[in-house]
Amino acid sequence: MPVLARTLEASGLSTIMVTMMPFWAEKVGVPRTLAVEFPFGHTLGQPHNVDQQLRVIDQALKVLETEDTPGSIVHSSETWPEPLNEAKANWQPKEPSPIIEVMTPQVLKLLRQKRGEKL
Amino acid sequence: MPVDSFKFLPRIIGTYYKMTKREPEFPIPWTPLPGPLSGCKFGLITSGGLYHKGVEPPFDIEREKREPKWGDPTYRTLPIDIQQSDVGASHLHINTQGVLEDVNILLPIHRFRELVDEGRIAGLAESAYSFMGYQGFPPDTNAWQDSYGLDVAEKFKAEEVNCVLLTPA
Repeated sequence: MPVLARTLEASGLSTIMVTMMPFWAEKVGVPRTLAVEFPFGHTLGQPHNVDQQLRVIDQALKVLETEDTPGSIVHSSETWPEPLNEAKANWQPKEPSPIIEVMTPQVLKLLRQKRGEKL
Repeated sequence: MPVDSFKFLPRIIGTYYKMTKREPEFPIPWTPLPGPLSGCKFGLITSGGLYHKGVEPPFDIEREKREPKWGDPTYRTLPIDIQQSDVGASHLHINTQGVLEDVNILLPIHRFRELVDEGRIAGLAESAYSFMGYQGFPPDTNAWQDSYGLDVAEKFKAEEVNCVLLTPA
């Protein structure tokens, strides 16, 4: 999605992206970003938590209104109300995605190699 | 405190991401806000894999199951007066239960209609759009940049939208 923010902005639209992964926003170079420390799939908050959703949207609109430097990333101070372990488990799909099934053994192998190089 | 991008990620995915080398392409595109928000018309986009049930098909997750290194690059159109029960979600990388209970956590159609009613923004595009965030491995976003993203930009501009909120999932 960081790429789409750039595409739309380059087409003449003023964009604001809200994301839990400012890591990618920075690497790709998103015009304006509000970062939230929320679990995946819940970018603006919890279902039916209207106050929380509005706080995040207000912050996003403020970033859009006030930031004037391309690549700005503003970090929200909102916190996720559920315990970390629950939130971490709840956002994930019931079945691992197909690519995770394919790649996990390969990534583990790569990590073991890297670790071996350091020893 | 800065947001920790890796807080909710399984460690193996986070470790892999951190090994990725990528630098932004400069200059970063920039369109100045045309004026106060009260004069801006908004469009909404998510990458949550949402679709309008019974009107458009889900994203092609069956092909993704057969070809795990491929992700559907197309997009779906959701009218902003869609009923919650007509919102579908096809995304193999997140639990979609939350968004099926309340679309506003990814596509805030009700919150933005309220902002219009309050006069804080000038308007909201009649259609919102959803992509599906998984674009293959390694990710290939060329179709988004060269085709589908431009389509959506043109559709927004045809509705005289000048601001867009993007909510990746």
